[in-house]
Amino acid sequence: MRAEDGVRAAYAEIERWLRATPREQLDRKRREAELLFRRIGITFAVYGEGGDPERLIPFDIIPRIIAKSEWERLSGGLRQRVRALNAFLADVYGPQEILKAGRIPSALVLENEGFRKEMVGVTPPGGVYTHISGIDMVRTGPDEFYVLEDNCRTPSGVSYMLENREAMLRLFPRLFARHRIAPVSRYPEELLETLKAVAPARASENPTVAILTPGPYNSAYYEHCFLADEMGVEVVEGADLCVQDRVVYMRTTAGPKRVDVIYRRIDDEFLDPDAFRPDSLVGVPGLMEAYRAGNVALANAPGGGIADDKAIYPYVPEMVRFYLGEEPILQNVPTFLCEREEDRNYVLSNLDKLVVKLAKGSGGYGMLIGPHATKGQREEFHARILARPGDYIAQPTLALSTCPTVVEQGIAPRHVDLRPFVLSGKEIRIVPGGLTRVALKDGSLVVNSSQGGGTKDTWVLEDEGPGVMDGAMEGQVQTASIGC
Amino acid sequence: MLSRTAENLFWLARYAERAGNTARGIAVAFRMAAISARLGDEGAEWRALLTASGGDAGFYRKYEAPTAEAAIHWLVFDPDNASSILACFEAARRNARSVRTALTVDMWEALNDSWNHLRNLAPDATEGENLIDFLGWVRERVTLFNGAANETMLRNEPWRFVHLGTMLERADNTARLLDVKHALFAPGVEGAVDYVQWQAVLRSVSAMRSYQWVYRERLSGRRIAELMILRPELPRSLAACHGAVADTLEAIGIGQGGRFGECHRIAGLLKAQLRYGRIEDVFAQGLHEFLTDMITRTAALGGEIEAFYIRH
Repeated sequence: MRAEDGVRAAYAEIERWLRATPREQLDRKRREAELLFRRIGITFAVYGEGGDPERLIPFDIIPRIIAKSEWERLSGGLRQRVRALNAFLADVYGPQEILKAGRIPSALVLENEGFRKEMVGVTPPGGVYTHISGIDMVRTGPDEFYVLEDNCRTPSGVSYMLENREAMLRLFPRLFARHRIAPVSRYPEELLETLKAVAPARASENPTVAILTPGPYNSAYYEHCFLADEMGVEVVEGADLCVQDRVVYMRTTAGPKRVDVIYRRIDDEFLDPDAFRPDSLVGVPGLMEAYRAGNVALANAPGGGIADDKAIYPYVPEMVRFYLGEEPILQNVPTFLCEREEDRNYVLSNLDKLVVKLAKGSGGYGMLIGPHATKGQREEFHARILARPGDYIAQPTLALSTCPTVVEQGIAPRHVDLRPFVLSGKEIRIVPGGLTRVALKDGSLVVNSSQGGGTKDTWVLEDEGPGVMDGAMEGQVQTASIGC
Repeated sequence: MLSRTAENLFWLARYAERAGNTARGIAVAFRMAAISARLGDEGAEWRALLTASGGDAGFYRKYEAPTAEAAIHWLVFDPDNASSILACFEAARRNARSVRTALTVDMWEALNDSWNHLRNLAPDATEGENLIDFLGWVRERVTLFNGAANETMLRNEPWRFVHLGTMLERADNTARLLDVKHALFAPGVEGAVDYVQWQAVLRSVSAMRSYQWVYRERLSGRRIAELMILRPELPRSLAACHGAVADTLEAIGIGQGGRFGECHRIAGLLKAQLRYGRIEDVFAQGLHEFLTDMITRTAALGGEIEAFYIRH
């Protein structure tokens, strides 16, 4: 936000509030917020790095604001994109028409690690694959959003969307009186309805839903418990479930109880030692058999990784055209696949302008931000790309938007991204908002919580207003990818 | 309720109670050792307590002799001793963390704060005169946890498994505390030293005053045994604890529409025996034999509860 050229309308109120609030009070509120999070126990676990394993993600008290009109366009784009992703998954595990039509190279799909042969010919209950999708976006200008990454496996972070709002409501109740902000609190209810909607046909009218967690040592364990609690369902570990005659039961004090829908927060490989990795200790033997028999729904469906693979990502706009016959509303960041010779040559001669990422990486590890990198780092990536071209993709840097943020020196612009959560059951639902992550270091583009990123509350305004909020910092680069 | 949740609640209550009981045991031994030192056999008290806590084989693998220092270290800090105060709080917190949402905030904070305090304990916290303060602190923390559970938990199945764990563990502990000193209560034993030792045993179950209120006469070994075994008014007596265990199991069974099993039968039998038993018969059988039998049956009951509700 550039104070000198005036703050755009939707931020005006926040700007007034910030100016009227002494720095000490902001600091006090910030400490209160931290205490609040510590008390409710919203921590994420980082093991194996030393220090306190139960950490807090820094919370910034200045909200990120999205205008109504902007959200409408955005959510329309998200619906469209998730419909296409679901159609793509149903197609590649079914008739494979998009491959036959030559719109996506067959080898790119069929030889991809994310493609699960076990899912070929399996139709998930309700035909839905990616029930919960987290689409990572950045804004580069008025009405200009780019998708950085799709997450069709087990996207996390929604508990922060809910708890950040809760914290803001407690800390700054008066701010909420001055704005009409779309509520996010019905997310758990919508999630439960989405999950119930995809229960197997033979399930009872009120199907039993459970969240499957890898356990307390998982970094998102808090979120698993939080969502279970909010939905009033059990959070189960692999050992709590058993399969008999291809039916899934959970062990309760009153004996075995049939489970109809499992919102699993375990990766595919660990779901079922009989079907995938035999050394999985957190999975449920026989689960895939029960799934194939249509006795249980898994959300998200196994095999969704083929849709959010970084090498498949460049083809998502093509999916929108192919399956929906529409032009994509949301833009993709142009992506070069180093596997292709033409792309590779371009990447190698433009390393100083590009962001290079591992095709399989997540969490912001193992990437090169060309404009910020040293000559040595660029040379290192040059060699790595030549050695294993298939492992790398590259993207141009974008003028990424920023949002005012409380930092040591006062209030300063910091880069933000946005992860809205899209629910697909009988219909597509999107709670207006999402998780805003902020790179707390000056000039940094990496927003991952594992790399010192923080979060903000995300306000979608319900009023019509001239609305843009965050400024674009020129000359700044983008595209740190996400993946909590 | 999920079986695992029941297991975590049951065991977190057991471990919390056990931490308090270990503290009670150390306090008695500490007092008695001071008395016995004058008679020249200080080690006897610690030896007896180590036997009673059920982990003496592990102790002798690590330490040569049951000196006060070794025994206190083993019982307070040693991670190899599953009943050490530190290990109990750690296990209680671990169980609590797995069922965070089944607990109330007050319960969680009572455990979590205790654990944080223990992690950062000053090195001399259990030395010399500090020991008694430390043991008092442990008992306070356990009382706080029990109070939080009692006052804040909904009275449904999760509460019942917590209560079940507390009461079963307490029954086991009272039997063990009494058994360590069973020789003190045999008919005909009386003397100045015994009198002080009787007081120490009563204090360990917070029952010095209670004795006076119930009997209104001078201490006698027989009456102390009766109070701690058969009197339902004393909250830590075997009768009170097993009465609560049986009633709680009954309530769980009724809550599930009349689902009963072997654990209900054993619990009912123990309750009836303690309710209608006479102290003469206990002594006729032999106090030590009676208490050993109680400890064995309490353990068996714990196993049956797990078999019926948790590991089916």
